[in-house]
Amino acid sequence: MLEKSEEFIKREPNLSKGHKFSLREITKSFPKGNSSILILRNVSLFARHGEFISILGPSGCGKSTLFNVLAGLIKRDGGIISIDDRTVDSGLGEVAYMQQKDLLFPWRTLKRNILLGPEISGDYQEAAEREAEQLMVRVGLKDFEKNYPAELSVGMRQRAALVRTLLSHKDILLLDEPFGALDAMTRSVMQRLLLELWADYRKTVLLVTHDVEEALLLSDRIYILTARPASVKGQIAVNIPRPRKVIDSRFVHFKATLLDSLEGEIERAFA
Amino acid sequence: MTRRILYPGILLLLFVLLWELIVWYVQIPRYILPAPSQIVKALTSQQPLLIHHTLVTLKEIIAGFLLAFGVGVTLAFLMFHFPILEQTFYPIVIGSQTIPVFAIAPLLVLWLGYGLPSKVVMAALIVFFPIVVNTLDGLKRADSDAVNLLRILEASQWQILWKVRVPSALPFVFSGCKIGVSVSTIGAIIGEWVGSKEGLGYLMLHANAQLQVSLIFASLTYLTILGVGLFYLVVLIERWSMPWRKFSEVR
Repeated sequence: MLEKSEEFIKREPNLSKGHKFSLREITKSFPKGNSSILILRNVSLFARHGEFISILGPSGCGKSTLFNVLAGLIKRDGGIISIDDRTVDSGLGEVAYMQQKDLLFPWRTLKRNILLGPEISGDYQEAAEREAEQLMVRVGLKDFEKNYPAELSVGMRQRAALVRTLLSHKDILLLDEPFGALDAMTRSVMQRLLLELWADYRKTVLLVTHDVEEALLLSDRIYILTARPASVKGQIAVNIPRPRKVIDSRFVHFKATLLDSLEGEIERAFA
Repeated sequence: MTRRILYPGILLLLFVLLWELIVWYVQIPRYILPAPSQIVKALTSQQPLLIHHTLVTLKEIIAGFLLAFGVGVTLAFLMFHFPILEQTFYPIVIGSQTIPVFAIAPLLVLWLGYGLPSKVVMAALIVFFPIVVNTLDGLKRADSDAVNLLRILEASQWQILWKVRVPSALPFVFSGCKIGVSVSTIGAIIGEWVGSKEGLGYLMLHANAQLQVSLIFASLTYLTILGVGLFYLVVLIERWSMPWRKFSEVR
């Protein structure tokens, strides 16, 4: 069966008024020798409940640092994070995180990898197991639940990582170039799957990507970051109904605008 | 797999044949170098004696290995968890390796006597080092992204240890065990040489004094079988405890 990369599901998210999370004036620098190097300069952004947000920026601009700050893995120098209109120390405990690396543990079977979240949080129950089984059927991994990750293809492993991320039962999904290592065909299958699951599970998604088309195919809104130190250069609401097609004239128009906006930043990043 | 047994087997057979021929042709006296056929004769006629002493040495090695494993792995975990312990102990562990176990063998016999304990400690001293170093290394090698994945899931330190660090360290622990078990015979034999009443080292020394060279070779044969057997036992345990490894190796 041939997957048509430009076709995506039709469903639109139900957006409520409040913000699921917001970052205000986040700054972060890392020490380098005697001085320090500024990575994030007053980054502010927000996501509504159930919104799909993408962050586009030149590589090395500090997108992953932003994620780590939001996830609570590293401390920020300044700025405010709020989740569900509460100011919080960080998003620790509120977010699930997925990277380009699938991070499946080689010593666990696929199913036990997928159930890592419920296992850690202690609510590993039959319900979690049933949900895992349903999801595995849905993403075509049911027959492989007893296999070790090393026995599976890259695409299957990434699907498993996506299911594991969903099963950690967090409202916010942070996806850091999750499909960056996949071939074009597998990537489009994964993008489609992500959209389906996002719509079904009503998650708020923050996706980091450097792929303009990916951002446009998936997102409700796109933030554009400047070259390092990263700050928000602008944002675009992608008001094209889904499924989106890359040959759609509005899509082409958005793409041109985004590429224009990014070009200067990419030049600066390499300067 | 068959080739891995067949090829070295053929080489060994050719070597033994050559040995046999040379001994007969050059007429080397049997108290200098016995022919393989004479060694086989010793192996059969002295079998009960050889088995008795082999079991003694085996007991020393296993006890020494387990002692080293227990102390070594525990110390590695403690050093990993408390950097101050690593800073304190690691240089000492390294430094202790510059003292040859041969040199302290007489002291150990003096302190612990002619019996089992001195040999066990001797074997343990030799096995200890590769186990500590490899285990500590393994604990440090855990993928930091995998650790972060658990931190984001709000895992406790204990969960991070058991669910990521220990499984990641396992291959390293087994590397240490394999090196350790291969050298463990050295410790036991030296201990027996310095002072003992039984064991393969004792038997060899005894046979040497009586110019029973074929018995020395027979003891060496048992020692080799013992060492190789123990090594493959560790390999079997390794395969059994890390069933996922066979898939990783294929890739």
